[in-house]
Amino acid sequence: MRDEAQRLQLPESDTRGHSYFYLSVRRLSRKKLSMTCLVVIIIMYGSGIFAPLVAPHGYNDQDLSSVKERPSLTHPLGTDRLGRDMLSRVMYSLRTTVIITVTSLVTGALIIGVTLGLIAGYFGKWADGVIMRVGEVTSAFPDIFLVLIIVATVKPRILQWVRGFEDATGIDWIIRLGIVDYTVISLALAAFSWFGMARLVRGQVLQARENQYVEAARSMGSSTRRILARHLLPNVISPVIVSVSAGLGAVAGAEVVLSWLGIGIQPPTPSLGVMIFENGNISVLRSDPHMTLVPSSVLVLLLFTFSLLGDGLNDSFNPRAR
Amino acid sequence: MATYIVRRLLWVPVLLFIVSFITFALGRFGPGDPVQILLGQNFRQDAYDRIREQQGLDDPIAVQYTRYVGNALRFDFGESYQYRGRSVTDLLKSKIWISAQLNFAALLISVTLGIAAGLFAALRQGTWWDSAMVAFTLVGQSMHVFLTVPIALYIFVLWLDLLPSHGWDGFFSTSIILPALVLGIPGVAIVTRLTRASTLDVIGQDYIRTAHAKGLPERLVRVRHILRNSMIPVVTTLGFSLAGLASGSFIVELYFGIPGVGLLTIESLFARDYPIIMAVTLLGTTLFVLANLIIDLIYPVLDPRIRLGGDYVAG
Repeated sequence: MRDEAQRLQLPESDTRGHSYFYLSVRRLSRKKLSMTCLVVIIIMYGSGIFAPLVAPHGYNDQDLSSVKERPSLTHPLGTDRLGRDMLSRVMYSLRTTVIITVTSLVTGALIIGVTLGLIAGYFGKWADGVIMRVGEVTSAFPDIFLVLIIVATVKPRILQWVRGFEDATGIDWIIRLGIVDYTVISLALAAFSWFGMARLVRGQVLQARENQYVEAARSMGSSTRRILARHLLPNVISPVIVSVSAGLGAVAGAEVVLSWLGIGIQPPTPSLGVMIFENGNISVLRSDPHMTLVPSSVLVLLLFTFSLLGDGLNDSFNPRAR
Repeated sequence: MATYIVRRLLWVPVLLFIVSFITFALGRFGPGDPVQILLGQNFRQDAYDRIREQQGLDDPIAVQYTRYVGNALRFDFGESYQYRGRSVTDLLKSKIWISAQLNFAALLISVTLGIAAGLFAALRQGTWWDSAMVAFTLVGQSMHVFLTVPIALYIFVLWLDLLPSHGWDGFFSTSIILPALVLGIPGVAIVTRLTRASTLDVIGQDYIRTAHAKGLPERLVRVRHILRNSMIPVVTTLGFSLAGLASGSFIVELYFGIPGVGLLTIESLFARDYPIIMAVTLLGTTLFVLANLIIDLIYPVLDPRIRLGGDYVAG
C-alpha cells in the first residue's frame, strides 16, 4: 500500500487501514478539554471503585473529638458532625455512584436497550410494534417521578421478602451491605433508560440492514445471529457510546435525588444524596459551609465532566454533527 | 398529516389507561393499609371494617380499578387519606396554582436573562465577554439545584441578609426570588446558548448587511432585524422546555418549603396517600404526553424537511 502511494506520489493518507472506531478515538484523544474530563472521571470512578484501599478512613469511623472540622491536612475535606472524614465519605459515596450508574446502564441501556433495538430494527413487523409501544408507555411517565413511585412501593415489599429469606437461611449481609437498595434503584432507573437506547439502535439498524453487505451475507447463508452480531452491531457502537456517556450523568443525578429524599440508598451506606441531605439545612450552612458544599460540589463536578465529555464524544464519534 | 394527528391523539387515552393501571397496581402492591392511614390514632376495629366496606377495598382489584377510572373521568379522584375530608381535585387545584406561579417566575428569569446574555455575547463575538458567556453556559447547564441552593442561600440570606430563606407569600413577594432564580439558572444557560447561536447566524445574513448599507442606525438594526429573527428558534425551544420545568421543581419546593404540587407529592409518597399520588401521576403523564405531541406537531411547521410518522405522510 505504501509503495503504491509513493509510486503514484499520493500524499500518504494516515486514515487508510484504520477502523472508524480507531479514528474516532484518535479524534477524541486530540481534544484537550475532553481528555481532561476523562481523566477527572477516571479519578472519581477509580477512587470510588478502590475506596476501601485509597480512602484514608472508613466511611463510618467516628471521631467525636474532632467534629465539624474545617478542611486541614489531616482531613483534606474536613469532618462532619460525627467526626467522620468527609474525603473518605465522598469516596465511598462515589462507589455507590459507580455501582448504580454501571449496573443500571449495563442492564438497562446496553443489554436490554441494544438487544431490543436490534430485534425491533432487524425483524420489524410485530416485534418492532410491540417493543416500540411498550417503550412509548414507559417514556410517557415523567421519568424521575415513576422511579420515585416504584422505589417507594416496591422496595419495602422486597425488603420484607429478603428479611424473611435472611431469617430462614441465616445469611445476614444482604440488607446490611445495601444490596437490596442498589438492586431496586438500579433496576428502576434501568426501566427508564432502555427505551432511548433501543430507539437509537433501531434507527441505526433500519439504515444498516439495507446495505449490500448485509444482503451478501444473507445470500451466502449467514445465520441471523451472525448477521446481527457481525454486520449490524458494529454500526451502532459509536452512537451507543455517545448515548451512554449522556445517560451516565442523568442516572447519577437521579440516584442522588432519590437518596436525598430518603427513599434511595439508606444510611449508613454512604451516598452523595445522603450527605447532601444530612448537611442540607441553613444552620449547617451558616456554621460549617464545607459540610454542605463538599458533596454538592462533587456532584456538580461529576455532572459537569460527564456533560463535557459527552459533547466531546459526540463531536468525535458523530461526523455529521461536526 | 391529519391521519397522523388522529392516530397520535387516539394513542393518548390508551397511554393514560396503561399508566394509570400501573400506578394503581403499584399502589395496591405497596406497603400500608389505606384505612389504617385514614383512621390514624382513632383506630377501632368496627370503624375499620365499615370504612373498608364503604370504600370497596375488599373487591377484586379489577373492579376497584374500573370504579376509579369511572370516577376519574368525571375529575373525581377520591378523597385524600392524610387531609381528611378534602377531595384530591380540590387539594390539587390550589397546589397547582402555586407551582405554576413558581415555574412561571423561573421561566421569566431564564428568558429575560438568557436572551440578554445571549445577544450580549453574540454582538461581542471573539472578545473575552463572549468566551466568558460560553463558559457560563457550559457550567450553568450542569449546575444542580443541590449546589445552587446552598450558594444562593449563602450569598443572599447569610451574607447580604436581603431575602427570606423559606416560605411562600404569593407571586409578588420577595420569597419567590430565590427559588425562582435557582430553578431558572439551567434555563438561563440554555437560552443564552440558543440566543447566541441564532444571533450569530442572523448577523451573517445578507439582509443585515443591507440594513447597515442603507444607513439604518445600529440600534434599529439590532432591534428590528437581528433580535426579531434570532428569537424564532429560541421561542420554539422554550415551549418544549415548559414540560421539563415542572418535574424539576419538587426539589426546590422541598428546599424552600413552598406548598406546591412537588411538596404535596413527596408528602403523599411518605404518607402512602395513594389517591393523591395517582392523581399527580395522571396529571403529569397527560401534560408530558400532550407536550411531546405538540412538539412533534410544531417541528414540521418550522422545518419543512421533517416529515411526520415516516410513511403516513404522502411525500
